[in-house]
Amino acid sequence: MKIAFTSTGNSWDSKIDPRFGRAEFIFIYDDETKNNDIVDNSGVSEHAHGAGPMTAQIVTEKKVDIIITGNGPGGNAARVIESSGIKVFTGAGDMTVKEAYDAYKKGNLTQS
Amino acid sequence: MKIAIASGKGGTGKTFLSTNLAAFLSKTEKTALIDLDVEEPNSGLFILGENIHSEDIFRFSPEWDRTNCIMCGKCQSCCNFHAVLKVKDAIMVFPELCHSCYACSELCPTNSLPMKKYKIGVLNHYKFNELDFVEGRLDIGQEQAVPLISQTNDYTANRLQKVIGIYDCPPGTACPTVESVKDSDLVILVTEPTPFGLHDLKLIVKAMKQLGKKFVVVINRSGIGDDSVEDFCNSENIQIIAKIPNDRRIAEEYSIGNLVFDKFDFVRAELENIKAYILKAGGSI
Amino acid sequence: MKEIVVISGKGGTGKTSVTASFAYLSSANTVLADCDVDASDMHLLLKPELISSEDFFSSDLAVIDYDKCAGCGRCFEVCRFKAVSFELDKFKISDNNCEGCGYCANVCPSSAITLVKQNDGNLYISDTRLGKKLFHAELGPGAENSGKLVAKVKNNAKKYARENNLNIVLVDGSPGVGCPVISSLSGANFVVLVTEPTTSGIHDLSRVIQLVKKFHIKMGCVINKTDINYKASDGIKKMLVAENIPLLAELPYSDNFTHAMIKEVTVAEYDKGIRSMLQDAWDKINNLI
Repeated sequence: MKIAFTSTGNSWDSKIDPRFGRAEFIFIYDDETKNNDIVDNSGVSEHAHGAGPMTAQIVTEKKVDIIITGNGPGGNAARVIESSGIKVFTGAGDMTVKEAYDAYKKGNLTQS
Repeated sequence: MKIAIASGKGGTGKTFLSTNLAAFLSKTEKTALIDLDVEEPNSGLFILGENIHSEDIFRFSPEWDRTNCIMCGKCQSCCNFHAVLKVKDAIMVFPELCHSCYACSELCPTNSLPMKKYKIGVLNHYKFNELDFVEGRLDIGQEQAVPLISQTNDYTANRLQKVIGIYDCPPGTACPTVESVKDSDLVILVTEPTPFGLHDLKLIVKAMKQLGKKFVVVINRSGIGDDSVEDFCNSENIQIIAKIPNDRRIAEEYSIGNLVFDKFDFVRAELENIKAYILKAGGSI
Repeated sequence: MKEIVVISGKGGTGKTSVTASFAYLSSANTVLADCDVDASDMHLLLKPELISSEDFFSSDLAVIDYDKCAGCGRCFEVCRFKAVSFELDKFKISDNNCEGCGYCANVCPSSAITLVKQNDGNLYISDTRLGKKLFHAELGPGAENSGKLVAKVKNNAKKYARENNLNIVLVDGSPGVGCPVISSLSGANFVVLVTEPTTSGIHDLSRVIQLVKKFHIKMGCVINKTDINYKASDGIKKMLVAENIPLLAELPYSDNFTHAMIKEVTVAEYDKGIRSMLQDAWDKINNLI
């Protein structure tokens, strides 16, 4: 299963980025192959509009199954995510990526 | 004749001036008041007339019709606002991001993105004694003011000709203001004699010069601050056509939603000055 | 880290004066962001010293390369914004009307049109006399206020706060209910509404409350110039109760707001009475978040 974290950095110790659309990095972890794929999302922030859907598009193209984030995607991004069947978990805003993963496994995050 | 009432800073008295000036002028001239501050249209709080026309205002955005779509992605590649995205096996459109340029719709090889109407707000036309009052009101949650301002302008240009049009503009210098002062013959900049007032006046003066608009200044709440605004205008050769004195009684009347031009002689006197300027300028426009 | 955003709906209610006073009253652990980028005034009270400045590129404008242009007029046919005109034997694009959609560039058979990113304004970081950093910006006159510049100012301030372990990001928001305000609300933990007891103030307040409710953010309200119209202030207080919004402070109509401005200080530094009311308000806000 592929899990995407919205992150402020490119390591397991990086703090989760509470935003979705303008998250600095998308940290993708494949829990079967145990591989990481880290996407630098800062280019999306450069755009005046449409950051949410663009980031959502990236995430769907990477065939992610789950998104873990802080506040949750805004309306436009949510539309794209729902249509792809990806599940979203929120509440990880003050955690590191590692802590967020652990919280998810323990069922401590909120499914949107 | 189109006269736009604008300001850099919010709260300087644009609506106060627009409503009182329009009501005052309408006693002797054929006048219309148009509220283009569509995010927060307040003129209607002071001008209570009979509603003679109401219409929903729309923008156009594409809607995906999957019937003949070949998923070529041309739509996504030609949209500069990221309002059309190809995601998995669907084309998703985000109407709030769309600027209605029609590119995706017209360039689609299979006609799969016909343009659809989306309501963005409401236009109302009232009659208050001799005064025509037109208001544009943006729906909450709509982000773009410009399309509504533009259509309110068009409605007025078509329906109300041979009038003196007083256009109450949004505050600031960004695109809503630029759209509002389009085609105006004269822009009256309302300011207050304070440091914030001066700072923002300089910004809007810069904008007006960039747009090549003819403009003059009215100082509202004269006396509450210092002379720096007046000094600035004098040094830049900007004409000050009226100075409305600060008076707490005006604020109190305003707070209840009353017009004041017929209550205070000193206000009326300044409006006479503005009227004289407009009528004189009208001759040369 | 908590983000507190101050907005007003209507301009001229005293939003910036109140925000600057909070900036003065807050602990050293605070960073300031002036997101009223269309008419940013807060710096006028804080004696800023510029540390850095950055160009802000946002909108696109279409530009014709006349070495390639064949004069076919296809650009004129497709433009929906009346930005293309024919003057003196040439097709010309008007900067003021061009929306930057790129349709013309897309269809030009001679590839003569390119979209050029515009310098729409400037982003600044300054030191202030309060010892707190100020992130601010100025939008170029007539530029599209897309919320992007607002977002940049805020995000730069938040990044700085994270990197320096500062607790509070205090944001001076913009008037209205459109995209710049929406942009300044996203990510906020608390919204302070500054209003005045006038029909306009109440009208705009209710619109802004509707907007903030859509984002599910906690709110509090400061009624300024309350003695202009006690009946209207009571009306506002009833509205606040009905909407479950705490009243943070009721300030009198005072010339000291302007006097303080002229002296380039915040009204909290100038007027003891107003200072203590705003201190109470600030304490309430900190308890609520």
